[in-house]
Amino acid sequence: MAFGPFLLLALMEGMVTAAVLALAACGLSLVFGVMRVVNVAHGEFYMLGAVIAWAVAAFMPGPPALAFAAALVIAPLLVAALAAAADALILKRLNYDPEATIVATIGLLYMIQQATLSIYGPNATPVTAPFEWRIQLPWFGYSGYKLFVILAAVLVLLGLWAIMTRTRAGLIMRATQVDRTTAQSFGINVDRVYMGTFAFGAGLAALAGVLIVPIQQAHYLMGGDPLLLSFIVVIIGGLGSLRGTVIAALFIGLSDGVISMMFSPTLAKIIATLLVAMVLVFRPQGLFGAKA
Amino acid sequence: MALEVASLTAGYGPVTVLHGVDFRAEPGQVTCIMGRNGVGKSTLLNCLMGLVPATSGTVMLDGTPLHSLPPHEVPRRGMAYVPQGRRLFGPLTVAENLAVGDLVKGHAAARLDRILTLFPRLRERLTQTASTLSGGEQQMLAIARALCLEPKVLLLDEPTEGLQPSMIALIQAAVLTLRAEGTTIVLVEQRVDAVLKMADRVAFMVAGRIETTLPVAGLAPDAPAFRTYVGV
Repeated sequence: MAFGPFLLLALMEGMVTAAVLALAACGLSLVFGVMRVVNVAHGEFYMLGAVIAWAVAAFMPGPPALAFAAALVIAPLLVAALAAAADALILKRLNYDPEATIVATIGLLYMIQQATLSIYGPNATPVTAPFEWRIQLPWFGYSGYKLFVILAAVLVLLGLWAIMTRTRAGLIMRATQVDRTTAQSFGINVDRVYMGTFAFGAGLAALAGVLIVPIQQAHYLMGGDPLLLSFIVVIIGGLGSLRGTVIAALFIGLSDGVISMMFSPTLAKIIATLLVAMVLVFRPQGLFGAKA
Repeated sequence: MALEVASLTAGYGPVTVLHGVDFRAEPGQVTCIMGRNGVGKSTLLNCLMGLVPATSGTVMLDGTPLHSLPPHEVPRRGMAYVPQGRRLFGPLTVAENLAVGDLVKGHAAARLDRILTLFPRLRERLTQTASTLSGGEQQMLAIARALCLEPKVLLLDEPTEGLQPSMIALIQAAVLTLRAEGTTIVLVEQRVDAVLKMADRVAFMVAGRIETTLPVAGLAPDAPAFRTYVGV
């Protein structure tokens, strides 16, 4: 394949990575921004989304598209409910202390991972894509489902933007993010906001997991890479900045796609990690984060 | 609406700051709390709002106990707070800050219009980010945001601190308007001239207690009470 089409293919693969990454990273960024909690278990919510999508596809009769559509709703809701329970039972009891919640979410990571291993098993399992059509370009054919993933992620991100800027819930989350104490003086139940935010962030990660599972297969250890990449994206974009997170996800996703295809996936991860190190040294608040 | 505080004790962790505060804010009056730095004036207001939990004692608003409520319930009972340093939601616009104030009562165009009549300068700044306002405008917004709660009792912590004289006059005029409309106001203020203009009574605070309460009518700017309790 000539260089031009090869680069186009790499960019399209990068866009798929960026789309899924943006969803997962926005969840992580939202949780950190509003709650100041570094959620190390975020990748496991992504993994649970994928595993629940597999379960729905495996046990729901009817065409794959119907099962997939059901998974798109069921998985984020179930994972959000689990996250809400984790918030009430663990994070709230720690009074959302930044250090204690890091340790607690590491524990949560292992609990979810090992529970999934026990119930789901150690094997990677494919999930049938909801549709099989391919788009035929002059140089190569490309999966229509992957284009759907990009489109779906864009729509969800637009929805997230609308929620944060146009709704009462978004206003409450932004006010709580700025000043938790003052927010309480205006009738905002901060405990409820934190629970909702943690559940919402986990739901976004689960949605990303559902979208990726027809491409990557469901596996109980699949949460590691998205967690690392989400942290990279959130740090580069600026902790708590959704705009920065989306832009950084686009940058990291595209560079990951291009470098992975032209050189190797390992080199792509090395460069992304190096970039984070440089951001931490030269611009610790990230590209779009506010200075502390 | 009368606010009655009895034997209120509170602090931060092992440090007790309020050692049994007793005072009463009369309905429709401005009660000023004065005292030297560190005597617990701001802690008292924070405690009245539930932001610093009371370890003992009572806070009653027209017979309704406030001291046992979680902080987010206190504004629903008719209390509003303008904290020291304003504590605006800086990245949010003026309109969004006012919308946060509207969360309890719901948006009402007539109420917003009345508040913006009190602070007309804010009407021109609705789409501006709060952190970009001048100090005086930020103070106006902090008061306007609190008024969105339609409070029975308004707590103001040093509203004229760090403002230029023209802005101080505007804030004082707003407080007097609110008093004339019947709002009960508890004011923490260090400037004697401002207290004499705005307040009906002054409660002097010493080491976490209200030492004495005097009517402003009988106080001159050089009254011994100011020298004794405030050091001016």
